[in-house]
Amino acid sequence: MSGMFVHNLKLGAASLRRNPLLTALMIMSIGFGVAASMVTFSVFRAVSGDPIPQKSARLFTPQIDNRGPQYNRHGEPPDALTYTDAMALMRAHRAARQTLLFMVGLSVMPDNARIMPFKAVGYATHGDFFPMFDVPFLYGRPWGASEDEARAPVVVIGRALNQKLFGGANSVGREITMDDRQYRIVGVIDDWNPVPRFYDMFSNGAFGDAPQIYIPFTYAIAQKIDTYGSNSCGSVGARGDDWDSWLRGECVWVSAWVQLDTPGQVRAYRQFLDGYAEDQRRAGRFAWAPNNRLRDVTAWLDYEHAVPPESRIALSVALGFLVICLVNTIGLLLAKFMRRAPEIGVRRALGAARGDIYRQFLAEAGMVGLAGGLLGVLLTGLGMLGVGLVFEPAVAKLATLDLSLVALTLLVAVLATLLAAFYPTWRAAQVQPAWQLKSN
Amino acid sequence: MDILPILSTLRRHKITAFLVILEIALTCAIVCNAVFIISQRLDRMAMPSGVDEHRLLHAMLANIGATSDGKARTQEDLAALRQIPGVAEVASVNQVPFGGSSWNTGIKLDPKQHTSTLNATTYYGENLVRTLGAQLVAGRDLLPDEYMDFDDVVRAAAAKDNRMTPHVVVITQKLAERLWPGQSALGKQIYLSDDPVNVVGVVKELVRPSIWDDATASYSMVLPIRVSQGEYLLRTASPQDRERVLAAALDKLKQINPHRVVLKKHIFDDMRHNYFQDDRAMAGLLAGVCVALLVVTALGIVGLGSFWVAQRRKQIGVRRALGATRRNILHYFQTENFLLATIGIALGMLLAYGINLLLMAHYELPRLPASYFPVGALLLWLIGQLAVLGPALRAAAVPPVVATRSV
Repeated sequence: MSGMFVHNLKLGAASLRRNPLLTALMIMSIGFGVAASMVTFSVFRAVSGDPIPQKSARLFTPQIDNRGPQYNRHGEPPDALTYTDAMALMRAHRAARQTLLFMVGLSVMPDNARIMPFKAVGYATHGDFFPMFDVPFLYGRPWGASEDEARAPVVVIGRALNQKLFGGANSVGREITMDDRQYRIVGVIDDWNPVPRFYDMFSNGAFGDAPQIYIPFTYAIAQKIDTYGSNSCGSVGARGDDWDSWLRGECVWVSAWVQLDTPGQVRAYRQFLDGYAEDQRRAGRFAWAPNNRLRDVTAWLDYEHAVPPESRIALSVALGFLVICLVNTIGLLLAKFMRRAPEIGVRRALGAARGDIYRQFLAEAGMVGLAGGLLGVLLTGLGMLGVGLVFEPAVAKLATLDLSLVALTLLVAVLATLLAAFYPTWRAAQVQPAWQLKSN
Repeated sequence: MDILPILSTLRRHKITAFLVILEIALTCAIVCNAVFIISQRLDRMAMPSGVDEHRLLHAMLANIGATSDGKARTQEDLAALRQIPGVAEVASVNQVPFGGSSWNTGIKLDPKQHTSTLNATTYYGENLVRTLGAQLVAGRDLLPDEYMDFDDVVRAAAAKDNRMTPHVVVITQKLAERLWPGQSALGKQIYLSDDPVNVVGVVKELVRPSIWDDATASYSMVLPIRVSQGEYLLRTASPQDRERVLAAALDKLKQINPHRVVLKKHIFDDMRHNYFQDDRAMAGLLAGVCVALLVVTALGIVGLGSFWVAQRRKQIGVRRALGATRRNILHYFQTENFLLATIGIALGMLLAYGINLLLMAHYELPRLPASYFPVGALLLWLIGQLAVLGPALRAAAVPPVVATRSV
């Protein structure tokens, strides 16, 4: 069997060498088609992947309508919470895990005089943030509920910041100064930057460099550290003129996440949200029926249009391109195989079965596919360099030619070519030996 | 040229003919739509900003820790920036065109209205209109004595005290036309809260910092509010020395107060470049795919053409022996390609229209202009003819003697 296979491959190679022009055209066609699809697919994969596949169905972000039907957009509540509502959710503690977060930007004052002060961006959040989102730690650990409660000046820093300040050494227990305040480092996390950044679509947008500092939400509030991200206020003057009216006001600027492990918990949490909104209505704060949302990660990214329409259009165009390349290949293979009708006739007359013809020609097509795939990998590599030129760096960085993409490119090329080869092979196998011999 | 013999030949090579037609149709449909999307993106990238782009500089700094005398510091910064040679105008602002992050508010035409008429962006900053170089087309610019400090306005708004909130505004022409179609906007009133604000000036164009919907890209207002958040706009006297002026300005600012960090520094042309990065990526990607597509289609036609010619060598020889000239043979293959291309183009146009309808439904794309159809047809005919020329010439070179040989 394997001997036959090798024999078929040899026959194929000989035949391919006989028609170098047709062979080259086919390989180029497959190569171009596969490369265009793979480049756009890698961009699409980079921007549309599930950022936290192991947990995306168990993490939910609550939204509460504090604006009412007159002000909200298409009946949807705002994309973030007011401080009042966010704190109410935390106090109620109805989920297995829960955290609030908002973006902070603090000026880091390095001890080392050679490093200029610089801005570090990150989040004010709760200790649950780290286990909830499976954040990987290099050194140390997250802070706990006691630090949250004590409003402790602690910080978890990112790998890049740790590299910059401490040369990558274990810095747990050391202190850093940010905006004239001293923080004690309790943990250093490894490179962690889910893309899109689902947990902060409100401020950050989908893509950005990995955040480098995480401080307790409670400490940030106690120190009156303002958000470095977005805020959205219903009307002029809603922001108020001091910190207390900012906290009490109806501007939204806090994102909340809860972990709910079973459908029952999800149902209960929805009921709790509606109950809370109903209480607010009774208290006179809301003048409308409860209008809340509880979306999981996938639904949330979909709602926020995290996947740019550009990448989807480009992917469809590239797939269309691949189809055209396949049509092209069918035509060329047909041309190539039918040219050899006399040869097929002789082989059949000498006793080759239809199956032998099938195997011989599919082996030949497979070789074309493999060669096309190799060219495709080369062109995909070139295309990736091009992606860096045209796409924003944050996206371009994500689209890389890794081993899985190389494998996928080869696989798609071979499978597509075999698919394209079916009809030409079938036609070749239909050749009547007697007829061919007679006409010669 | 007689078409009937060609048709009867094609009928005997249905599959091959069908493949050529299919390839041309798909190429036509995809290229038409891709070129259309590219042109849309190029239009968007050329979106007017209404400001003096080649002479604008933008810098954003943040203090390390809290400061108490922000207003005085800002005035000190502005005075120092004005002294830098080559600087024409400066302003301390809350946001800049194409800057990304924006301040927006709802506008009502009647205070009793339940919902806002529309949403517009609000630019703050003394001397902002002049610094941006926005062109006033009616009325006047905001006057220095109309300006109020941001903190005072916020406090007054919270206390519902209308003496310290702005009463005048400059708006863009597009916003004016949307609010009062066909009328002069000057003297008209809008409501940002319960109190009226008078339109005193109209600028030709001033684009928003972030654009969600291209239709509302120039819904902008300038309010007489002074801000001191460390964000500065500079206009240079000439475009040549902007790099030098930007470096000098940052040096100066750091020298006045070293206790701060630079968050952003831009030449405005770069801000436009960055803002339209996605559109450029899309246009570039599609252009690349289009070229590759046309090349592949042409190669396919070359390949099938060669096959056909090789297959019909004997028939060609017979025709030549019976008196057909080289020119006849050449024309035969050219006409054949033209016929196939025409059918492919006709199908392709239908398909292009269908794809366009799909894109219109899902991606808010406008209708494909009719002018694309003749241009697309011409292009594909041309490519078809060019691709078939080689095989056709080879066919024409077949000598009549082939007819007498057996294989």
